[in-house]
Amino acid sequence: MAVLVIADHDNASLKDNTEKTVTAALKLSGDVDVLVAGQGCKAVADAAAKITGVRKVLLAESAELGEGLAESMEALVVPLMANYDAVLTPATSQGKNFSPRIAAKLDVAQISEIVDVVDGSTFVRPIYAGNALETVQSADAKKVITVRATSFKAAADGGSAKVETIAAPAKPAKTHFVDQKLVKSARPELTGAKIVVSGGRAMGSAEEFQKVIEPLADKLGAAVGASRAAVDAGYAPNDYQVGQTGKVVAPELYIAIGISGAIQHLAGMKDSKVIVAINKDADAPIFQVADYGLVADYKAAVPELMSALAAAGK
Amino acid sequence: MKVLVPVKRVIDYNVKARVKPDQTGVDLANVKMSMNPFCEIAVEEAVRLKEKGVATEVVAVSIGPAQAQETLRTALAMGADRAILVQTSDDLEPLAVAKVLKALVGKESPDLVVMGKQAIDGDNNATGQMLATLLDWPQATFASALEVSGSKAKVTREVDGGLQTLEVDLPAVVTADLRLNEPRYASLPNIMKAKKKELAVEELASLGVDTAPRLKVVKVTEPSKRTAGVKVETAADLVSKLKTEAGVL
Repeated sequence: MAVLVIADHDNASLKDNTEKTVTAALKLSGDVDVLVAGQGCKAVADAAAKITGVRKVLLAESAELGEGLAESMEALVVPLMANYDAVLTPATSQGKNFSPRIAAKLDVAQISEIVDVVDGSTFVRPIYAGNALETVQSADAKKVITVRATSFKAAADGGSAKVETIAAPAKPAKTHFVDQKLVKSARPELTGAKIVVSGGRAMGSAEEFQKVIEPLADKLGAAVGASRAAVDAGYAPNDYQVGQTGKVVAPELYIAIGISGAIQHLAGMKDSKVIVAINKDADAPIFQVADYGLVADYKAAVPELMSALAAAGK
Repeated sequence: MKVLVPVKRVIDYNVKARVKPDQTGVDLANVKMSMNPFCEIAVEEAVRLKEKGVATEVVAVSIGPAQAQETLRTALAMGADRAILVQTSDDLEPLAVAKVLKALVGKESPDLVVMGKQAIDGDNNATGQMLATLLDWPQATFASALEVSGSKAKVTREVDGGLQTLEVDLPAVVTADLRLNEPRYASLPNIMKAKKKELAVEELASLGVDTAPRLKVVKVTEPSKRTAGVKVETAADLVSKLKTEAGVL
């Protein structure tokens, strides 16, 4: 059995979702190859070649692959599947966009967002916003799987696989890339960060969100997250959203500020190692999952937290 | 221009799912069911296209039990023109749903399919992409803005790190993300009017589509529960506990 892992990257650097997905793949088979598809991403392929346990890296480059068009990804991967029994993709918005296409083309089910591998055909995945875990067995000859990377440890570096360049597919005829506006940030990525500081509706405005949440995150070297309510209200950009339909995070430390803790938000962060909640409402559901709760208005509590951190040498 | 909007009847957004003690699934008996929130957003978008004069007809479809007629009536009350229920007591997987929808697209010939990006029960986020693939239509998923002009649609998509804009040739499949719009509440007169709108019921078997499940559910279990920890009095307390007790600072 050979398994293909599709790398998560931004054409410049490899994301650690890839190493985590390799770990999931190695539970299926010892023959794991990584596909790096993009544009100008040779350095990413070289980084993937260093992951321990990777047999070979396939590199395909074109403008459309660089833009991440789902049609191009499918056209690239489907013919490769003649050589593989399974394809694993990190469940990022990009992976979720193209992976079901591969499944449909191969006429197999997609096994979405697995959090555990039981055996070569049996997997565990969350359903109902993570309120239930479903163990499913696939009867399909080829497995198309997306992986919730936060549930797996990253495979270590130390390998030296070969990088093989393969041809990119033709440009899709009916889908055209117009533009992309990505938020540039010096902060760690939300899904891979060790510490996440999230703000909720209580912030009241984008200015307040930036004034309260961001300095605290920067003091801790943390990524910034937000509840759906805060994103819907325009206090934070959409890709900050933590929850059932946003990003799923599992950092060492998750600090929820002014977040009440709706089911959908808890779905995105309840696997964090330590959860801290700061909320002035002592009955907020977030306190039911928090290891440390501080019942206080964030307006007073966050500045106090900043000085306490400074006093502790942070 | 005709718009097809698939909708799904699921557990209500505000209800916490409970796993059955025999681990065969989630207990849906006597649980409030509603239209999947992402499907509501899709219906709203289609109705807005009609109100703008871009769409001429909005057809809502659902695949599910007889009770899914209620979900379709909601879509009709929001402004869809007519509805089709493909009736089945089976719980279909995304690939099977995509195949059924493909058959309906063959009958209805819409210019655009707008649907939710994911259902909040299975959390698969796959059906729209699969439908686009089976139809060989372009796809634009996770839409936060949709603009249709002539034979093209310009779609702003929510992606990791920001927003991406694509232009797709129609016919196409667009899947709705949370921020595409805020769905309306149906007014009482519209709910009354919806009762008179056409709702056709077809048996799944009559479509001749292979909907056999590909996955066997071995068991459904409850995830390990977190328990509430301690309350701290001050921010300084918190920092000291995080440092010495939790060891995360």
